[in-house]
Amino acid sequence: MINNAALTDLIVKMADDELIQGHRNSEWTGLGPVMEEDIAFSSMAQDKIGHAWALYRILHENLEGEDPDRFAFVRPESAFKCSHLVELPNGAYDFSLIRHFLFDHAETVRYESLRDSSFEPFQQLSKKLKGELKYHTLHANAFIMQLSRANEESYARMQTALNETIALAAGIFEPAAIYEDILIDEKIYPGEKELYHRWLDRIYPILVKASLNLPDMDSITPEFGGRKGFHTTHLGPLLKEMGEVFNLDTEASW
Amino acid sequence: MSPVISQEDIYRALEQVMDPEIPVLSVIDLGMITDVEVTGPGSAHIKMVPTFAACPAISYIKDNIRTVVENTLGIAVTVEIDKQVHWESNRMTAAAKEKLKNFGIAPPQAVEGEMQPEIMLNTPCPHCGSEHTYLRSPFGSTLCRAIHYCKSCGQVFEQFKPLE
Repeated sequence: MINNAALTDLIVKMADDELIQGHRNSEWTGLGPVMEEDIAFSSMAQDKIGHAWALYRILHENLEGEDPDRFAFVRPESAFKCSHLVELPNGAYDFSLIRHFLFDHAETVRYESLRDSSFEPFQQLSKKLKGELKYHTLHANAFIMQLSRANEESYARMQTALNETIALAAGIFEPAAIYEDILIDEKIYPGEKELYHRWLDRIYPILVKASLNLPDMDSITPEFGGRKGFHTTHLGPLLKEMGEVFNLDTEASW
Repeated sequence: MSPVISQEDIYRALEQVMDPEIPVLSVIDLGMITDVEVTGPGSAHIKMVPTFAACPAISYIKDNIRTVVENTLGIAVTVEIDKQVHWESNRMTAAAKEKLKNFGIAPPQAVEGEMQPEIMLNTPCPHCGSEHTYLRSPFGSTLCRAIHYCKSCGQVFEQFKPLE
């Protein structure tokens, strides 16, 4: 018998990451430095919000959760469990790209691990998303490589962005306060610690190829808190903006 | 009197349900239909899968399937998203790939085993057939398309992405 509270906690944090990162990606629409990048970030936004929707739907259909639209748009900020990484504004393109690179590889190892989950809807979802995520990481890797090799300025900016983002990205792997062992024991997923190591193994060779230095991971303090409902000052205004249309008439059929 | 409908009639009717984004391809061509069941003398149940998880056209296609089959055959139809099957580009028929090429979109390459996105790097140009092309972006005007550039004829072209 699967522990529903533990499972819900895991799904909400995954889905909230997807929704908020998707929304941040969508903010590049119309602002990309070249048209292909505008299109790429818009497409990835669509994919990620689609992933959030699929997860909210699993909650709704399998775990007696709320309607996905209501759950996405009318929850208070403290009920969100996204990581701080995805909350930050897009900033300059270097930050957005590095975030995309670090987040999408984390997302990929997470969904890959769910292929063997004891929770059947995770197996289905992971199969569905696998191919899509390959395109996200293909895109991220290609740009990390191009900008790191382009000239001194772009290389320096990528390295600086990496240094400034890595603790935030490590914060993705914040273990669940009370459910972590249950989820691992019940073979729902391998646990944050394991995913963190798989993620490092995944990003390291690409960073080496791009001649970027991965900061000493033992010396950084991951930015935790998001999974427990503590957020940066950026989430509140974002949620207000995201829910603006839905909240005009929460009973409407869209 | 209700008409006597066979599974085959339903598949034939489904050939008229076109993809809203690529109007030369039907839901049959795309391999989106996973099961058709005649549930009674005047009713049928159809199962389908979306191509990409976040495909925005999915409700539209679902409604289209129902109305086209209902109107063509005069039966009541229910349509369900099949959660057991996931769409991969290998589900697309050979005829569909030909139609796609004639429409100006490069078809997806056949995926064997684990898909490496690098298989997209050498996509023949649907306009001049040249293999002298490069991948400009894995993302195009819709989720299922990528953008390539042909160095021979100088045209930008789109490709229906391979997906496992």
